[in-house]
Amino acid sequence: MSNSSKGLLKFITCGSVDDGKSTLIGHILYNSKLIYADQEQALILDSQVGSCGGKIDYSLLLDGLMAEREQGITIDVAYRYFSTDKRSFIVADTPGHEEYTRNMAVGASYADLAIILVDASKGVLVQTRRHMRICSLMGIKYFVFAVNKMDLINYNFERFIKISEEIKQFSEGLGIEDIIIIPVSATEGDNLINCSEKMSWYKGPSLIEYLEDVDVEDNKPEKGFYMPIQRVCRPDYSFRGFQGQIESGEISIGDKVTILPSGEAAVVKSIHICDKKSDKAFMGQPVTIQLDHEVDVSRGCVITHDAGIKTAKKITATLLWLDDVKLTFGMDYWIKIGTKMVPAVVTAINHKIDVNTGELLKASNAERNEIVRCQITLSEEIVLDEFNKHKTLGSFILIDRISHATSACGIVERLDSKENNTVIFTDGEKSVTVRIFDSFYYHTDIMSVLRHSRNDEVYYCGDALPLKGECFEYPESFDIEVEGIGYANIRNGIFIGFGPHESSYPLLNIDGIEFENGRLGNFTKYRHIVVWE
Amino acid sequence: MFMSHLDKLEAEAIYIFREVAAECERPVMLYSIGKDSSVMMHLALKAFYPQKPPFPFMHIDTSWKFREMIEFRDRRVEELGINLIVYRNEKALAQGINPFDNGAAYTDIIKTQALKDALTKYQFTAAFGGGRRDEEKSRAKERIFSFRSENHAWDPKNQRPEMWKLYNTRINKGESIRVFPISNWTEKDIWQYIKRENIPIVPLYFSKERPVVERDGNLIMVDDERMRLLPGEKPMMKKVRFRTLGCYPLTGAVESEAETLDEVIEETLASATSERTSRIIDHEETGSMERRKKEGYF
Repeated sequence: MSNSSKGLLKFITCGSVDDGKSTLIGHILYNSKLIYADQEQALILDSQVGSCGGKIDYSLLLDGLMAEREQGITIDVAYRYFSTDKRSFIVADTPGHEEYTRNMAVGASYADLAIILVDASKGVLVQTRRHMRICSLMGIKYFVFAVNKMDLINYNFERFIKISEEIKQFSEGLGIEDIIIIPVSATEGDNLINCSEKMSWYKGPSLIEYLEDVDVEDNKPEKGFYMPIQRVCRPDYSFRGFQGQIESGEISIGDKVTILPSGEAAVVKSIHICDKKSDKAFMGQPVTIQLDHEVDVSRGCVITHDAGIKTAKKITATLLWLDDVKLTFGMDYWIKIGTKMVPAVVTAINHKIDVNTGELLKASNAERNEIVRCQITLSEEIVLDEFNKHKTLGSFILIDRISHATSACGIVERLDSKENNTVIFTDGEKSVTVRIFDSFYYHTDIMSVLRHSRNDEVYYCGDALPLKGECFEYPESFDIEVEGIGYANIRNGIFIGFGPHESSYPLLNIDGIEFENGRLGNFTKYRHIVVWE
Repeated sequence: MFMSHLDKLEAEAIYIFREVAAECERPVMLYSIGKDSSVMMHLALKAFYPQKPPFPFMHIDTSWKFREMIEFRDRRVEELGINLIVYRNEKALAQGINPFDNGAAYTDIIKTQALKDALTKYQFTAAFGGGRRDEEKSRAKERIFSFRSENHAWDPKNQRPEMWKLYNTRINKGESIRVFPISNWTEKDIWQYIKRENIPIVPLYFSKERPVVERDGNLIMVDDERMRLLPGEKPMMKKVRFRTLGCYPLTGAVESEAETLDEVIEETLASATSERTSRIIDHEETGSMERRKKEGYF
């Protein structure tokens, strides 16, 4: 069929309240003659009794729940489907209100591309920034900015350029690479399907033209082959196949593979894609794989080759808290990564990220719609990887073991070291082991002072530090001299990375002792020796 | 290295089937005999191959289905060797509840109540359904894994977040999940897939001379002697087909010349009415489907 030539594109529309998201999608569906006639009739009828005084309100196409119609807002994600001659599309239209951020995240996690609406008369607003941050967190790599309501600013070119610069600046800050900016009017239909004469200064594609042509699979493919096992298929004693979806790479009969977490090696004996035998299979396909000999494999194991996927028990993760019930420290949650589910505990919160501004804040808990960076310890070592390396093994959900609610979703930022008794500050490629949080106790039985190190902890750039303890109390801001690297900068209780030393702040060594006039000063200035009981 | 949009939709559905089979205690697949159910059955067979689907199929039989549907059902079950449970609300049928006298209450009692009773009776914890998001506005908002309380009720304002493809299948005792593996398929996708995979469907989807009466703008087929004719109504032979199948007195036919799959697809793609128009219950009021779902309709 002609419309499958470019495959399926799943995208999300988001932006601030009243930026006209639903109107935009409604208009695309309407203009492309993609609304079935009776839906159109229902739309006209609904509009007549609605608030728009008889003019067709396109957003009624999408707001489907009774509560949404009553309040005139979008509460939950609505999925819509349309196709053009070139491509099939699935649109997730998401709510703009902060209260419904978690529903917006649901749409973002399903999409390959985001259309972010920006009101031309208002510019980039707080909500717009929030949505970009959530989309980026959920792994979206392609962004289209539709600068909407161009009709309200008389299709002004200068104003458009100014907003474009704002958008580019903010995108760079989030590390978003692929962006395109299109001036549109959702109510008038300018630049949606065809390029509008009212904006002859705009030389790019219309929104639909862009969506038809964009290739969301051309970005860096993930390394190697991996397939988390969903189930073991055992119709009789002669057949034992492992069923799952290939998440990256490809596999052929005769390939050597490794089974994780055991690390056992095997050779691929047969491959079925659905119910058909095949010599090879590739990313995205549902397969059943038989291996050349009996291996201990069950659901949650991963078949892989050359992917560099690891196992770990401790991770640093970024969470988006979803549940109304806030995070409880030390409580067991179920963590589901790929097809594996094990108990897990959140052991520490490093910091909170303000969803609107991106500011790093101190935090002691996580509540609904908040983003936090935290440390998680799993009940056993499982197969996983960083989100930006292998998406499917780097994304997870936490499930409340009593209510069974999906408490949070998260991404793995880093697998934490297995070494014990070290505290590491790390920022990109640079890192240093520090001893500033070690405690010193006087043991009366042996009449000696002993150093007690902390268990392995890693603090990343932006993390809040535990500057007050039983045996130490550091100022809110200071620098630590690090040989060969420079200085670790701590400002307002947060490790902000490695940089130059500012002389207005105290300078300490990695043991937490201050330099005074170029020499190490008084040990007890920030540290105390406590009697061991 | 290219997957067409149908390949992607198929892969998504198969992933969902396998997740449910692996994680849910007692799954069942609701089988309604229609084209979406035919596609669902086909997907289930593919998902577990060379094993048979590791769960039973269940048909809620209202006793008012088209005769050709029941013939088709029994034939397919025998051909495929699958386990099918047929459940009827015998008590209500014995009381004489019927689509002519009881209107909306008929659907509530013979379909919704029967479904709830059957799920409770067999203690199924997860039920696959062939619902699609393009069918109706409230469905467009429903998750793929949709939770039901102990009373089988849906709470649209409190849906579980569904992130990536990490489905949370955990439930408390008494609760259950409706799972819609073809949520993201459109009517067009269904037809294209039926053609591509050569999936058998009930012959009622193809046009043929059939006895019908015109009632409130709908063409209703006179499928057996139980059809009650109103004064002045006379069955006439018309060349019609059906876009959805249900209880024959409640399902409208469309006049059509489409006798083959290709003709049906061509007609569907050019069509200007969405398929639920011919299903009478949805038209009562805006939000009627949402209300029904809250009460436990699938």
